[in-house]
Amino acid sequence: MDLVLEPLGTTIFIRALIASALVGIVCAVVGTYVVLRGIAFIGDAIALGVFLFSTINGYVADLFSFLLGNVLAIGPDDLVALVLLGGGVVLVVALLWKELLYATFDPLGAAASGIPVDRLEYLFLALVALTIVVSLQAVGIILVVAMLITPAATAQLVTVRFTRLMLVAALVGIGSSIVGLYLSYWLDVASGATIVLVQTATFLAALAFGPRGLLARRRHAADLALDELAAEARA
Amino acid sequence: MTTETPGDPVLHTHPGRSPHSHDDPLDASHAHAHADVWLSDVSAGYADRTALEHVTLAVEPGSLLAVVGPNGAGKSTLLKLMAGLLEPWSGRIEILGAPAGRESRRVAYVPQAELVDWGFPVTVEDVVMMGRFPRLGPIRRPGADDRRAVRDALAQVGMATHIRTQIGRLSGGQRRRVFLARALAAEPDLFLLDEPVTGIDPATQELLMDLLEAQADRGKTIVATTHDLATAAQRFEQVLAVNRTVVAYGPAGILLDADVLAAAYGGHVLQLEGRTVVLDDAHHHDDAAPGERHFHERGR
Repeated sequence: MDLVLEPLGTTIFIRALIASALVGIVCAVVGTYVVLRGIAFIGDAIALGVFLFSTINGYVADLFSFLLGNVLAIGPDDLVALVLLGGGVVLVVALLWKELLYATFDPLGAAASGIPVDRLEYLFLALVALTIVVSLQAVGIILVVAMLITPAATAQLVTVRFTRLMLVAALVGIGSSIVGLYLSYWLDVASGATIVLVQTATFLAALAFGPRGLLARRRHAADLALDELAAEARA
Repeated sequence: MTTETPGDPVLHTHPGRSPHSHDDPLDASHAHAHADVWLSDVSAGYADRTALEHVTLAVEPGSLLAVVGPNGAGKSTLLKLMAGLLEPWSGRIEILGAPAGRESRRVAYVPQAELVDWGFPVTVEDVVMMGRFPRLGPIRRPGADDRRAVRDALAQVGMATHIRTQIGRLSGGQRRRVFLARALAAEPDLFLLDEPVTGIDPATQELLMDLLEAQADRGKTIVATTHDLATAAQRFEQVLAVNRTVVAYGPAGILLDADVLAAAYGGHVLQLEGRTVVLDDAHHHDDAAPGERHFHERGR
């Protein structure tokens, strides 16, 4: 229990915990749509995010923290900005998830029935850019792509319902942020990389054991083969 | 023996216009006021490729209209123009009494099955619920009414037991049923269906046509492209034959007219002992237009 409570004694750790949990959620929620539409366009969004980041924060002098982030360096003002921006992104998705879903799944059908598909496209690009702004300080530019994609990719191995998919992705995002930050504290290693590694481990576990994972598929295939054998035996 | 195309294959006149139709569907001044779908001298295409020229057309409310024609004739393009998905190069389009795209919440458009990403993590219920999204508007979540509408629509197409199934696990016929259910759940006044009965089993085809007929009887307007001339002749009320322009427009019976077929399908029509056979590859999909490709790639 001390292992969990001890780090909470320092405000730096608490701030880092809130920040990484938030980054985990924002990335997972936005990343769900990124995964569903393929990631061909993500380069543009990253460029826009980096551009915004450099204008908002002034250019980050430290290349290392720009690339890899440093969640422990997040100050009180940073955290407020993070909560506002990240909360804003999640709020927009919460209000427009239906329209974003329809436009992603069937852009023709959506546009024909009055969903403003083109405007949603730009809005979504802006959301990804803001997500990157929010995440840069915590995990850096290299790891933000992993943060965007891994939770949703994991969730796809668990469920086929869209609303659950997003929920599972958000849980994976927030869970691995908290676990990863603690691990990095105990093991004294880089926090961003640890968070992403926890996500990767979750993904691999889902890939192996998830209801749509490899074992489930093999079991399904085996069932089919058994059925066939049984049918042949009867015949 | 092959029937030769009589003269210019792109006919600007309308030889198949039926003597049975008492009011002229193409008389603009009259038709305009009544039509759910109205096009006046419309030309359109993709980039540098012309798909349709000089299309003039009026579709009355309650019509059950099949759009037929060979591959690349512009059937899908015509549907996209009606849906407001494509701007015409010239001419005017009015849908449900307003410029195309304005009354879009009263329109349900179902794309070709080939354009849908079937691996997408959505269930049958998710897809049909999308039909309710436009009327809900942003912010509002689907409520009990919407769930009831989804269940009703799925019951109508006989898919009520598959409500939790991921769409990729469905057969081709089931997929078409689900997309028709989405259109039904939207409760539109105009159905625009791109190849709704292509490549599906006869039972599903019958069911879908029965449902469309029932909608037409209730005054809804249905416009569907099809490769299937037999279905068009037997199950639709009107037929529009296109080949870059309107070749013929009238009651479905005009499809029995060899001249109409010859005009629509060019030289690919055979007369065999009184039967007319169209040499058209029904499963090869035309219209790999840049616009479509674009959407397709973005879908996945």
